[in-house]
Amino acid sequence: MSAALTWRVARLVERRVETPTAQTLVLDAPGWPGHLPGQHLDVRLTAEDGYQAARSYSLAAPAEGDRIALTVQRVPDGEVSPYLIDVYAPGDPVEVRGPVGGWFVWRPEQDTPVLLAAGGSGVVPLMAMVRARRAAGSRAPFRLLYSVRTPDDVFYAEELRRRARDDEGLDIAYVYTRRAPQGWDGEPHRVGPADVTATGWPPENQPLCYVCGPTGFVESVADLLVGLGHQPARVRTERFGPTG
Amino acid sequence: MGIVTPGFQGRPRSAEPALPPGQYLTEDFPVLSAGPTPKVPLDTWEFVITTETGEEVRWSWAEFTALPQETPTVDIHCVTRWSKRQTDWQGVSLDVLLDGVDTEATYALAHSYGGYTTNLPLADLRGGRAWVAHRYSGRDLPPEHGGPARLLVPHLYFWKSAKWVRGIRLKTMDEPGFWETAGYHDYGDPWREQRYAGD
Ligand SMILES: Cc1cc2nc3c(=O)[nH]c(=O)nc-3n(C[C@H](O)[C@H](O)[C@H](O)COP(=O)(O)OP(=O)(O)OC[C@H]3O[C@@H](n4cnc5c(N)ncnc54)[C@H](O)[C@@H]3O)c2cc1C
Repeated sequence: MSAALTWRVARLVERRVETPTAQTLVLDAPGWPGHLPGQHLDVRLTAEDGYQAARSYSLAAPAEGDRIALTVQRVPDGEVSPYLIDVYAPGDPVEVRGPVGGWFVWRPEQDTPVLLAAGGSGVVPLMAMVRARRAAGSRAPFRLLYSVRTPDDVFYAEELRRRARDDEGLDIAYVYTRRAPQGWDGEPHRVGPADVTATGWPPENQPLCYVCGPTGFVESVADLLVGLGHQPARVRTERFGPTG
Repeated sequence: MGIVTPGFQGRPRSAEPALPPGQYLTEDFPVLSAGPTPKVPLDTWEFVITTETGEEVRWSWAEFTALPQETPTVDIHCVTRWSKRQTDWQGVSLDVLLDGVDTEATYALAHSYGGYTTNLPLADLRGGRAWVAHRYSGRDLPPEHGGPARLLVPHLYFWKSAKWVRGIRLKTMDEPGFWETAGYHDYGDPWREQRYAGD
């Protein structure tokens, strides 16, 4: 990648409610160069007085022409995410720059088994991989381990239900940290070795592991994977948030 | 000025000393890295400077921590846009480590336990502007922040401050490191906002 990335103007065309605190924003970004699942972009907002703020957001799906999707989780007291969720309106411009990131990506020509481990909004770039897998007709076996606080916090809940049923070779398991749905086997807990062993691949299968979420989640799951014998070089991580 | 986004006001701004463009202040210490956190035992830890002719200078943990120490207090700037003011470190200046190393090199490639690499002009490691740091805020540097020891080059974006640093290879030619091959800027000056290749 040597060409300079330019800021381009994108406009909101559609908004989908994912959870009480997260929404998917579909933007029209004329001239968008395309991207690989796992990459992110920078969104820049400019106020009347010229003040600017920019944040990174993962691309939630493969591009459809000039259409790109982000899923934004509201951070209480945040500067940008509450604006994007509460105020930003259809037709309004923002500037975007990307795609960015050449490491935390899945390429549809890869056919090795994949473990996706998501904590909260960390599911966003992993969902792009799940969607790209289907779009490319890939047969790479995928397992998604998705940790959420409660059943109401699942992003893309309907689509994941459908894909778990229809996308051959895609398995999905949930871990609830605060409140589990009725009929879920077990008590609410954080992802532990048993979850990774049950849902993940044994190290002998040499899966590629993508771990994304808040820093604490990423630290602990990446450590678990290495502890179970996965090669550190095959465990790729993306950390969204600050540490406490 | 960019395109105005209607209704966006941003946070109330104070008149404190300027940050590099596009940065905002954070109080906590975010973690960013590409893979699991390596856990490096001190009894096998070493730091090695390798010159362009292949000569090596090495320090064990005991030798390294016995070198003259400095305690820089610096602002740090991450390419993901957070900045943190007045961070307290303890470590060994690269001037000390490079003292007496016979080299004509103009570039350095830092490499880490875990395989990470990042490149810098050698001049940027000299002149009291770079350290191998092993304590932060009065404590041993925690692994998630790069402990036992990391590079500290506060005048560049923080990905240049390689965590879990293991050594530095001196080179006569520039060789991009891990993030630099993944689309990030070769040099990474926060004040010139050199985030991505071509900026
Ligand atoms: C590569 C990358 C990809 C990302 N992808 C996504 C994505 O797909 N969806 C998404 O919603 N976010 C994503 N983020 C996080 C996003 O960039 C912002 O940090 C987030 O939206 C908060 O911005 P803000 O302006 O609302 O809050 P700020 O004003 O920046 O922060 C307000 C307070 O919240 C804390 N805070 C900041 N970020 C977080 C966080 N993520 N979780 C908890 N507390 C936080 C801050 O330390 C501060 O105390 C990504 C970040 C990175 C680096």
